Amino acid sequence: MESTKVLDAKGLACPMPVVKVKKEMDQLQSGDILEVLATDKGAKSDIPAWAKSSGNELIKEDQEDNVLKFWIKKA
Amino acid sequence: MAIKAMKAGEVAKKVINKDDLFIVDVRNNDAYDDWKIEGENITSINRPYFDLLDGVEDLVKELPENKEVLVVCAKEGSSQFVAEELSEATGRDFYYLEGGMKTWSEHLEPVKLGDLEGGGSVYQFVRLGKGCLSYMIVSGDEGAMVDPLRLTDQYEAFAEKLGVKVLHMFDTHLHADHISGGRRLAEKTGGTYYLPPKDAEEVTFNFEPLEDGKEITFGPDKVKVKAVYTPGHTIGSTSLVVNDTYLFTGDILFLDSIGRPDLAGLAEDWVGDLRESLYVRYKKMNQDLLVLPAHFGKLKELDEQGRVEARLEDLYEENEGLQVEDDNEFRKMVTENLPPQPNSYKEIRQTNMGKVTPDSEEETEMEIGPNRCAVS
Repeated sequence: MESTKVLDAKGLACPMPVVKVKKEMDQLQSGDILEVLATDKGAKSDIPAWAKSSGNELIKEDQEDNVLKFWIKKA
Repeated sequence: MAIKAMKAGEVAKKVINKDDLFIVDVRNNDAYDDWKIEGENITSINRPYFDLLDGVEDLVKELPENKEVLVVCAKEGSSQFVAEELSEATGRDFYYLEGGMKTWSEHLEPVKLGDLEGGGSVYQFVRLGKGCLSYMIVSGDEGAMVDPLRLTDQYEAFAEKLGVKVLHMFDTHLHADHISGGRRLAEKTGGTYYLPPKDAEEVTFNFEPLEDGKEITFGPDKVKVKAVYTPGHTIGSTSLVVNDTYLFTGDILFLDSIGRPDLAGLAEDWVGDLRESLYVRYKKMNQDLLVLPAHFGKLKELDEQGRVEARLEDLYEENEGLQVEDDNEFRKMVTENLPPQPNSYKEIRQTNMGKVTPDSEEETEMEIGPNRCAVS
């Protein structure tokens, strides 16, 4: 999947993955896609929940070994 | 102004003492709706931390000014973050829950139930976060455990404080809602692990069969534990009578409800067993026995000291699960409209059979969430 930017949040513990995602998203333009890599298990439910609450669109999620991957499209 | 840690044990005491506490739970809505800290004088609101990244001004307006405010999250990090923001915004002190809901879920609060006639004492471990009850019976320097949880370090620390070696571990049945600590404790102390054989047909380890009528006398005070077969929650479910004073009912009979027969997939088959155990076998017993279940469902079951116990005779008057005259009505009650099954109950059963060996993080994950072993 084409992403505008990749955010590596691996190894970061809650709340940092979501904090970083928000910061990155604030820099992006509407329609841009941020790809997020995270290892904190809390991210699995919190990133989708944040996306919903902030009005952005989670277009895909995936997991490879212990790395969680999310693609979020800016509203 | 500062942020301060509050330990799970301190929260447990507030719940038991019915103290005031205001909780801001910053987990996501689903997690909060599934399961949260509750208490008679605990007020809680749910504001996910990721909605507070732009500021906490709106949240501050919702907080009481003269009450302790505790911020709670899954593990700890987000609650510290929010507590710091709140403290900065208001200049007041805020608490965060040390170890988060994970630690709350695992905290055991020990309470003494009483001394046994002829010597010995019984302690109850109340797992407020999940509703599990487990027990230590002390006979001089020797101890027995009933339905011990996997959180064995907490029992070991308590036993050490009392100068007791726990050598007899009893599981009333193969548990589906939590991972048993019975086998682990027995391995550690060189003690014996007792399990009802009918629940243990698929287990991969050695155990001592807990058969109907079996009597074990232990320790200097010669405390007597007698097994009474009372199936229905599982086909092996076995109750324990200690010194003709206490009746450990496992997941067959609770204070406010009765066991559900469906967690091993055989609800219809076991309804008759459950009825026989509750309406015939317990009825024939000494009605002054004090019932000690493996779970509580609601906080009101705890007395002012945090204990969960009741006379058998009183339960025959008050417990709705014991008032059903009609067989069909009973069948309906225990097989229809049951609450959802406990989280990961199949995996938990596999773990308790020794078929799978999850690491401790996976074990924690499996047990997260409320307990649902009762029919209501």
